[in-house]
Amino acid sequence: MIQVIDIRKQFDDREVLKGITADFRDGQCNLIIGQSGAGKTVLMSCIIGLFRPTSGQVFYDDRDMVQMNLKEWKLLRREVGMLFQGSALFDSMTVLENVRFPLDMFSKASERERNERAMFCLERVNLGEAAAKYPGEISGGMQKRAAIARAISLNPKYLFCDEPNSGLDPKTSLVIDELIHGITHEFNMTTIINTHDMNSVMGIGENIVFIADGEKAWQGSKDEIMGATNERLNSFIFASDLFKKIKSNK
Amino acid sequence: MILQKSLSQFGAYLMLMGKTFQRPDRMRMFFKQYVKEMHGLGVGSIGIVLLISFFIGAVICIQMKVNVASAWMPRFVTGYTTREIMLLEFSSSIMCLILAGKVGSNIASELGTMRVTQQIDAMEIMGVNSASFLILPKILGLITIVPCLVIFSYATGMLGAYAPALMGIITPDDLTYGLLHDFNRWYLWMGIIKSIFFAFIIASVSSFFGYNVKGGSLNVGRASTNAVVSSSVLILFADIFLTSLLS
Repeated sequence: MIQVIDIRKQFDDREVLKGITADFRDGQCNLIIGQSGAGKTVLMSCIIGLFRPTSGQVFYDDRDMVQMNLKEWKLLRREVGMLFQGSALFDSMTVLENVRFPLDMFSKASERERNERAMFCLERVNLGEAAAKYPGEISGGMQKRAAIARAISLNPKYLFCDEPNSGLDPKTSLVIDELIHGITHEFNMTTIINTHDMNSVMGIGENIVFIADGEKAWQGSKDEIMGATNERLNSFIFASDLFKKIKSNK
Repeated sequence: MILQKSLSQFGAYLMLMGKTFQRPDRMRMFFKQYVKEMHGLGVGSIGIVLLISFFIGAVICIQMKVNVASAWMPRFVTGYTTREIMLLEFSSSIMCLILAGKVGSNIASELGTMRVTQQIDAMEIMGVNSASFLILPKILGLITIVPCLVIFSYATGMLGAYAPALMGIITPDDLTYGLLHDFNRWYLWMGIIKSIFFAFIIASVSSFFGYNVKGGSLNVGRASTNAVVSSSVLILFADIFLTSLLS
């Protein structure tokens, strides 16, 4: 489980995160949602350690990341997988080499075992046939799947996904959501997804943290969201006519 | 203000070098990258080095024959001055200035693109020391390969000097005599030593600008230009210092 306690982050005079406390559960898809500029990305960056919070604590199964020394922090990194918004695959490597990269860097397994593990991860995301291709030669959806395969290659305990559906069509988005959801349950990972895609929220949102103006405004599941009375949440979730109709029909 | 900015940049450069010169996470991966960079940055530059050196060797020889040689001077002066110019300045300093343009922009744009597409962030998230993994092989690769390019440049420049001989501008015997006359082996080493320092400047300065790109593709272009300009200026300053030190 990942817990954040009273996280604050300030850039110059502007306070972007204003004391957020939330927990992200094991074996579940935890979603951070909110409008653009609400502080979702900054919160995720603070949890991963790309930004150091101005104050507050981040616990990875009772280990406070903020207090960790460099060695502990490096070890923690190996338990973390990350799916970036733009996939962030290495252009100079093939898809297989990309997936094998974390294994090449940190695994003591033989070359044959590393290749097998990388191929297993690629097959898991149905991308075995693209192993020899370069990232520039495959579609955006395939790049996302390759990035998921790379993120899970070291069998991480924690998976972070930053806007996994951005730039994808609704059908491919669904495939990516189902893949992330399936992997989370299969490997019992703590998955945190940063999104503002309502289809993802309604589809895989088992634990949803809604951020507004740098504060946690609501936390609950996709089943609770329909009956939520939080005004800021409702104005965000039911901004589109489609979701307004769905709510009125319920 | 400019001084403060320069000092802050120099500090950031030193910090990056501190992060770069750390033991690589995996030596096997480091050597793979090292060989790849030597091939990409060095072997890929052999063509342009040979081409430029050949023609400059020929042009220097013609210029010396037409503008310097006279009835009052010994006939070997054309070959002698051509060799000295190639050995002392062209093959080391001027060739490295050319490489700063080709290799420096390549390094800065590659790292800059990796930065803006979050590839460097991805490495950091994995726990990889991205500076050591990406920059160290470039610096060591270039330091290894540039002295070899300088030697190729020496040889091709001398070969180029024979082109005017084929055109009948100078006799091959006079040229050969001049090229061999009063040869000081230290000049050869001087060029090689200087090129090692220049290679370090090209790789480290270009990496610094590329690695620290913020924003989008426009800034990658800016970083690439800044990398070339800064490495060229630093090479010129280092040239004065090294020439006075080694002469």
